[in-house]
Amino acid sequence: MNGIHDMGGMHGFGAVDRRSDEALFPEAWQGRVCALAGYAMGAGLANIDAFRHAIERMPPERYLADGYYGRWLYALETLARERLAGDALPERPDVGSVTREVDREPRFAVGDPVRTWNRHPQGHTRLPGYARDRRGVIADIHPACVYPDTNADGRGESPEYLYTVAFESRELWGEEAEAGATVYIDLFEPYLEALA
Amino acid sequence: MTADRRQGSDSPAVRTEAVEALLVERGLVQSAAVDALVERYEQDIGPLRGARVVAEAWTDPAFRARLLEDGMPAIRELGFGDNTDSHVARLVVKENTESVHNLVVCTLCSCYPWAVLGLPPAWYKSPAYRSRAVREPRLLLAELGLDLEPEVELRVWDSSAEVRYMVLPRRPEGTGGLDVEELTARVTRDSMIGVERL
Repeated sequence: MNGIHDMGGMHGFGAVDRRSDEALFPEAWQGRVCALAGYAMGAGLANIDAFRHAIERMPPERYLADGYYGRWLYALETLARERLAGDALPERPDVGSVTREVDREPRFAVGDPVRTWNRHPQGHTRLPGYARDRRGVIADIHPACVYPDTNADGRGESPEYLYTVAFESRELWGEEAEAGATVYIDLFEPYLEALA
Repeated sequence: MTADRRQGSDSPAVRTEAVEALLVERGLVQSAAVDALVERYEQDIGPLRGARVVAEAWTDPAFRARLLEDGMPAIRELGFGDNTDSHVARLVVKENTESVHNLVVCTLCSCYPWAVLGLPPAWYKSPAYRSRAVREPRLLLAELGLDLEPEVELRVWDSSAEVRYMVLPRRPEGTGGLDVEELTARVTRDSMIGVERL
């Protein structure tokens, strides 16, 4: 979805405040939320993709205001409200590997030129907005993994090959792009089409 | 499905208690287990595992080669990776050289190599870092005190999926006589994310 979470390239957030003396959990509830989320997913409240999507579905002003563990808390509340109404747990416990065996070969090879698709799904996706409809080159091929786009909303795992795709900075940011920079993004096969 | 805009008007601490009570009541979590996990996080050695991995790679060329080939099996040799986030398909380690510098970000959430670096620092999760690291990484690095020479190629890794990235920083000059333990102490978390040189 075209949400506030898709932050790559945005303006307006100012300087990065890099501190070395911060506490891991400045407030006690943050550590609890961190642990609760792990256990609740492991016990079947939701899978990791549905959890990420619950964060993305937050009202954008709350996404910015609540902070990192505040967003986790919000997502836990959302999922508990949506999924714990009945007696049965909504998911199989989400544990173990995300890689899957598939009985087909990857469509692309390292070095292949590709273009990302120009789609704006309302649901969860892992193609950042700034890399939509952009030309890149396959830099690495990974095992097939659970496809977040379908796994997040109950349409199943439908595993897809995962690739690392290299994009020249200029292709992403145009004339004013910084020189000598390449952005590598991990993208699932359906996001990509072959470039002749 | 849209979120309920009235959700969460109490303080986060009160809301956390409420959601925990519900999850316990439904048998999804046990409070004692949550206590134990929080304690483990708090005593977490954080980036120390990654620092040890780097020191090994600096001193053992064969290990370095295995690490760059496939990160997860290599860190398991050192006894790490047991508490790895199970949603990670691969750990990929990118080596800084004289001509290439690597920088790691996650623009969509805050994916991070927990297995080697622990939980991410606040700045890594900040909108400022997530938004700027892919668009103006050189300016961002300069603001953080790292002036990258124009001839150095910058590679930014946006961890958008199931692969996690760690940077293998360059070994500092004048550390030839140090052993693995002493070298480990020289490696910073931020150098393994790529916002610092050693």
